[in-house]
Amino acid sequence: MAKAEIRSPLPGTFYRRPAPDQPEYKADGAEVAKGDTIGLVEVMKSFHDVPAEVAGRNIRFLVEDAEPVTAGQVIAEVEE
Amino acid sequence: MQRLLIANRGEIAVRINRAAKALGLTVIQAHSDADADSLAVRLADEAVCIGPAPAAKSYLNIDALIAAARDTRADAVHPGYGFLAENGDFADAVEGAGMVFVGPRGDTIRMLGDKVTARRTAQAAGVPTVPGSAGRLADVDAARAVLQETGFPVLIKASAGGGGRGIRVAHDMAEFERVFAQAAAEARAAFGDGGLYIEKLVTKARHVEVQILGDGENFIHCHERECSLQRRRQKVWEEAPAAALPADLRRELCESAVALARQVGYRGAGTVEYLYDEEARAFYFLEVNTRIQVEHPVTEMVTGIDLVQQMLRIAAGEKLALRQEDVRLTGHAIECRINAEMPEKNFMPFPGTVTALSVPEGEGVRFDTMLYEGYTVPPFYDSLLGKLIVWGADRDTALARLRTALEGLQIQGQPSTVPLHAALARNADVIADRFDTAFLELWLESDEAKAELVTKEKA
Repeated sequence: MAKAEIRSPLPGTFYRRPAPDQPEYKADGAEVAKGDTIGLVEVMKSFHDVPAEVAGRNIRFLVEDAEPVTAGQVIAEVEE
Repeated sequence: MQRLLIANRGEIAVRINRAAKALGLTVIQAHSDADADSLAVRLADEAVCIGPAPAAKSYLNIDALIAAARDTRADAVHPGYGFLAENGDFADAVEGAGMVFVGPRGDTIRMLGDKVTARRTAQAAGVPTVPGSAGRLADVDAARAVLQETGFPVLIKASAGGGGRGIRVAHDMAEFERVFAQAAAEARAAFGDGGLYIEKLVTKARHVEVQILGDGENFIHCHERECSLQRRRQKVWEEAPAAALPADLRRELCESAVALARQVGYRGAGTVEYLYDEEARAFYFLEVNTRIQVEHPVTEMVTGIDLVQQMLRIAAGEKLALRQEDVRLTGHAIECRINAEMPEKNFMPFPGTVTALSVPEGEGVRFDTMLYEGYTVPPFYDSLLGKLIVWGADRDTALARLRTALEGLQIQGQPSTVPLHAALARNADVIADRFDTAFLELWLESDEAKAELVTKEKA
């Protein structure tokens, strides 16, 4: 099965939840539609959505919550 | 006072270092794990790590900063701007630990930091304020009477807010009722204080502000600045003096700021901010910032006064050596904030690595920065990389120098807002000094702006 990658558009800190007391945007193994937000990147005191540029199933995160990311780094993979 | 701990980072830490060294002080730089290789650390005599990268665990951690100051035998602490600079409890903690806080007393910071008490203090000093509520509003019913006076649109502001945060606009009663409850909940969440007050929204206003200095007994102003070019309520371009102000109003404005400083027995450097309604020829008090401000260099360029050295001298217990008649205004200065943002991508912040840096030099040009070649900008803090400041004998000369200086400022490997400033410095309205606080955001939506910023990207 082909795998597609979802990359961070910018460097910063990656978060899987919109706020600490809220559920994750996408649980491990969830289905993802194109354009869905899968997380946030905090950079220089502002927050930016990370959209899925592809649709897919069974999302697998390669980055932990609150971990630093670089621009272009693969954050998650989905099965196309 | 011999050993100064700088409890801040970035370009302002470098700026404070320069002033402290000029006065013969030993500089101890507090830094987070992410700032160990910063310019401020490199330039300091000593450095001390205060915690991990997130500001809440380092630059906002009062206990860690006090411990670091004790461990390094500091006898004074400069808070810079942002972080703990306007936290009265931090000022008290520094003094409680037997050290000097470079700034006003903790109670002054608290009194002027609360927007409602600040407004009352301004009124007591005879400073005009925007029509609005006399204090915190208990509920929507309490607001009705005030709204009769202010009319719509009206601003709903969090009493504990500041820096443009915690502000909402209502255009009619229905919107007001809806937004008021929301704003209270947000203020409680953001500031731990749900108190709200309202003010008439003055449209077509300029943002002007007055630099003050006080030693607790003597108070002077160092003239005013014009800071109307803002995006998302953040200043991006500042000037001194405010050329659009008529001479009589300029004098009244500056004198009102001194009256306010005297009212509270102000100690240190501070800024009184105002809205200026050009059509009505009226100015209204906004707030007091009890710290050094980002845009302080434009005042330094037109007065020749080193404001940070003045702060340090006052903190050391010296009396103000300057009298009001010693403060002379010469020429015109402009500052451009150079941020790590991509103007062509809706100002998305983008920290990178500086592979090459070329800084303009020459008469009347100054660049205050935290950058050096090879530096990787950390993603954890605000996006200010530096400030390009130019001075000229008049505003037109300053603008001409600015255009040349912007061409000479080249930061490779790190996107910045230099193209925005180059476009503004060529803009007919900016050149004619024809703008208000709404100008920049409207202009950014224009075809002219889009063409300018995109062309620049391709070039």
